[in-house]
Amino acid sequence: MAEQIGVAELKQKAIKVRKNILKMIYTAQSGHPGGSLSAADMMTALYFHELNVDPTNPGWDDRDRFILSKGHVCPVLYTCLGMRGYFEEKELLTLRKEGSILQGHPDMKRCPGIDISTGSLGQGLSVGVGMAIRAKRDGMSYRVFVLIGDGESQEGQIWEAVQAAAKYELDNLTILVDNNNLQNDNCCDVVMPTGDLAKKFDAFGCAVQKIDGHDMDQILSALAQARMQQEGKPNCIVMSTLKGRGVSFMENVVKWHGVAPNESEYAQAIKEVEAGLQ
Amino acid sequence: MSDYQMGLPTRDAYGDEILALGHDNPLVYVVDCDVGKSCKTIPFLQELPEQYLNVGISEQNACGIAAGLATCGKIPFVTTYAVFGSMRMLEQIRQEICYPHLNVKIACSHGGLTPANDGASHQGIEDMGILRTIPNMNVIMGADYWSTRRLVRAAAEFDGAVYLRFTRDGVPSIYYESAEFTIGKANLLKDGNDVALIANGDVLIVALEAAEQLEKEGIHARVLDMHTIKPLDKEAVLAAIRDCGSIVTIEDHTIINGLGSAVSEVIAEEGRGRLVRIGINDQFGESAPYHRLLEKNGITANHAVAAAKRLLNGEKR
Repeated sequence: MAEQIGVAELKQKAIKVRKNILKMIYTAQSGHPGGSLSAADMMTALYFHELNVDPTNPGWDDRDRFILSKGHVCPVLYTCLGMRGYFEEKELLTLRKEGSILQGHPDMKRCPGIDISTGSLGQGLSVGVGMAIRAKRDGMSYRVFVLIGDGESQEGQIWEAVQAAAKYELDNLTILVDNNNLQNDNCCDVVMPTGDLAKKFDAFGCAVQKIDGHDMDQILSALAQARMQQEGKPNCIVMSTLKGRGVSFMENVVKWHGVAPNESEYAQAIKEVEAGLQ
Repeated sequence: MSDYQMGLPTRDAYGDEILALGHDNPLVYVVDCDVGKSCKTIPFLQELPEQYLNVGISEQNACGIAAGLATCGKIPFVTTYAVFGSMRMLEQIRQEICYPHLNVKIACSHGGLTPANDGASHQGIEDMGILRTIPNMNVIMGADYWSTRRLVRAAAEFDGAVYLRFTRDGVPSIYYESAEFTIGKANLLKDGNDVALIANGDVLIVALEAAEQLEKEGIHARVLDMHTIKPLDKEAVLAAIRDCGSIVTIEDHTIINGLGSAVSEVIAEEGRGRLVRIGINDQFGESAPYHRLLEKNGITANHAVAAAKRLLNGEKR
């Protein structure tokens, strides 16, 4: 683990991650705040606690891999990368601008620390399976983490990939499901019910854990358990989350999937995040 | 058919060359989609199991897994049929291979009308054109056993995305083992300055036969094997425009967006030259003998000869 920092400090980091997400999207007047905020706690735990990475050497072959399969929530990834020093934090304000390393969806050729370009839903998990198979075949100890959305699990390719992860006994792979119950058009249950995702991943052969995706203690404990599991099962952590978490008027509101806040909304949002609204 | 002996299907050439490549370079992987038997990769599985994956009937997943392997320095060959390798996993190719510029090869048997008995569902007739439109993709089809072996090796040595198309059934032998190939450079098989016949793949033989017929009538045809339709050998097309003026393209592919279209783009931008495209006439195939399917689309030496003469006589098509 890159840095062993405590829960209290991680919670503080998560507040800064959320503030940066809002600042980036507000500055760009474009982007996806809802799903960025729902994934913020897990992403903070990954980048400031769990992942074995070296920001000064992003291509290090032994590094843990992270894939943001739900690529539209890249503000949360970009801020973690910036805060870890992959690039200067001031770059964050270039999100979605012409010439920026921070494209509207992650581009591995432009931005250091991106292990695969994503943005088209359903595809990242297969790539992670390929990376994890390579570790097994070459006897390497790096691990692979893939963050997917619950809406994204409507894509059939997710299940093709899980099937392969089970076949190749990829206990070095951890699937993180941001189960925030909303998608672009409406609630998942209205658009296309995903059912009990924990049961589905279990049926596909994963070692499944269900946690509160905003409880840092539960997040760390689940990541530790996934790290210890060596029974040849792909890990899956289904996180119960709130889209827009931390900003009262964004929480669980479909509209905030892909809309930027205006000036007064932004000010209010920052105030609430700073107050650590629960 | 003239002096050309019937040879192996080019899928056999793929199977033989990928095995040799795998032995030469442990970075070479095969990612199969439950068509290893048909695509001739079983010897690779048997001899190099650590470089082989069979992910079952899940082409989109195969494409993503290959991309993941490529980010770690492997050189994966996703192996399937042309229909699935070009269309079922098209967006995965675009997003996870071409956009990030990864070193993945898409190796597809059953190209064009060659899976003749299988019918339309298995005849990949749109594949090369579709792949041609994607940035960073290269599109190649060998004409016979040895050309395919050489082109598969060239693709492995090239750092980038390549779509390779093979035939299901046997094709006449045109090249010797010593033949040399460069991706993006057409092979001149017969020189001539009256008309240029530009073809590739399993119907290169049609161009060669047409050229023989024309020669008997005193018409000197140039025959080009345009094995790579992207990047197209524009210089070879410009030379054909300059030297011959009249061009006939022949392809086992829909006439929309394939070899004929690529050549026509050069002609249109040049503002010189005349062209007849011979290929599949914007229609699906069916279960029928291969030669019948070619005949139904006018992909025959006689048709090519007639087209060449019409161009030489200044007649409209």
